[in-house]
Amino acid sequence: MLYAILCYHDEDLVGSWSKEQDEAVMKKLAVVQEKLAKQGRLGPVARLLPTTAAATLRKEDPPLVIDGPYAETKEQLLGFYVIDCKNLDEALDVARDLGAANPGGAYEIRPVGLFAPGGPVK
Amino acid sequence: MTDTAWIDAALTSARPQAVGALLRYFRDLDTAEEAFQNASLRALKSWPQNGPPRDPAAWLIMVGRNAAIDEVRRSRKQQPLPEDDQHISDLDDAEEQLAERLDGSHYRDDILRLLFICCHPELPATQQIALALRIVSGLSVKQIARAFLVSEAAMEQRITRAKARVAEANVPFETPGPVERSERLAAVAAMIYLIFNEGYSASGDTVQARSSLCEEAIRLARLLLRLFPSEPEIMGLTALLLLQHARAASRFNSAGEVILLEDQDRSLWNQNMITEGVALIDKAMRHRRSGAYQIQAAIAALHARAERPEDTDWKQIDLLYGALELAQPSPVVTLNRAVAVSKVRGAEAALEMIEPLASRLSNYFHFFGVRGALLMQLGRNEEARVAFDRAIALANTSAEAAHIRMHLDRLMRDSSPRGATTGK
Repeated sequence: MLYAILCYHDEDLVGSWSKEQDEAVMKKLAVVQEKLAKQGRLGPVARLLPTTAAATLRKEDPPLVIDGPYAETKEQLLGFYVIDCKNLDEALDVARDLGAANPGGAYEIRPVGLFAPGGPVK
Repeated sequence: MTDTAWIDAALTSARPQAVGALLRYFRDLDTAEEAFQNASLRALKSWPQNGPPRDPAAWLIMVGRNAAIDEVRRSRKQQPLPEDDQHISDLDDAEEQLAERLDGSHYRDDILRLLFICCHPELPATQQIALALRIVSGLSVKQIARAFLVSEAAMEQRITRAKARVAEANVPFETPGPVERSERLAAVAAMIYLIFNEGYSASGDTVQARSSLCEEAIRLARLLLRLFPSEPEIMGLTALLLLQHARAASRFNSAGEVILLEDQDRSLWNQNMITEGVALIDKAMRHRRSGAYQIQAAIAALHARAERPEDTDWKQIDLLYGALELAQPSPVVTLNRAVAVSKVRGAEAALEMIEPLASRLSNYFHFFGVRGALLMQLGRNEEARVAFDRAIALANTSAEAAHIRMHLDRLMRDSSPRGATTGK
């Protein structure tokens, strides 16, 4: 079974870490990740940019783009995509296509800061 | 992190919202600050035992307000006080209710007001910055004094004076209307930019002490952007600060001297900040409501994206400076544009562009630095020397002067007999 682990934290707090604190945390995480990678159990790992860089596409008819992260609490996170785009407009186009195929709910479009594709998972 | 480090971080991040709300209740800055201070002390006692509250800001507002009201009662009636922990013990329910009432729009205006009172037009820039760092960011007087290279006592006095001015100003506490809100937003954005510049323009031995100002400005810009997620100029401001600060590690040599953009080691640029800055400017542009911060951020993004100096898209930068001249006309902007023009159309065209600025920039270091460099490119060495001499006389920092002296040395070499005969 594949599992996704979704990371939640106070972004203000994480954002206020010094470079040294941030690096120390990343180093400790790398130890755990490397162990998994060696066992062929690590898929993609991503660190997202802050929510201030996010935009949200509400899958209404017509779809509506709003600035900022998805802030509602009545829907639940059901999946995610990682796509390669030139800019936000291109990413929004992809989101619109996906939305047309599956209307309802919303997509939050968030730039990815760090991305490690990971090996093939056994 | 140690036990208290996470509490410190949580207090810092909750501070603007909590002090902003307390200011709305008490309408007095000192009372609001004191209330927050009291609440923080209780947090230090209570959080390690009970764990962090679900909403630290709401907890602090609640406890701070109660503490201040107790204070008033105590001074009025001299009555026996309720047990210290009485408020805290029933906090779970109360916090829940309070959190319900703290809707987004309310605390948005609280924080905006808190930032706005620091931008009082009668306050000189340094006082605005000091006040914001003290009451919004919660930096200690000692920390602020260190950044400004003054004694703690002098800074204490400066802040006290600024606070007195603010109290006289009677900033209205009603919810602002849309026009007023956007005026406040513009003033606050300008103040955040000031804080950043104070850090960014540091050099030599002040670099270390002031780099925290850049980080603080970025934190405040992000805060503002979260409150006003659809304002392209706030996206632009945040992007601009990130893109500028991304170069921090490469801007000075080990002697603390400025390294010019084209000579910087680009591998030292912070790619995370660049990615975030570019993403933000990208998002801002979709609004098609251009503004000075967005344009400057777009220029910074073009520099940041160039892997080598010769990859810089000067043509686009020239166009953007043209747009900036329209949005925010200033001889300094034209001077910056001239640098781009010199790369696209040559030094002659650039020189022509800056000649009309001479009278208005007659005391501006960079004018003579740029003029000298352009003249040097054209082989007009004698005139270049005059311009560089003037630049050195006007230099604000020893690093600026050192940089110009480097040019002068090169001129001397070039105009020595050997250089003259082999010259082009």
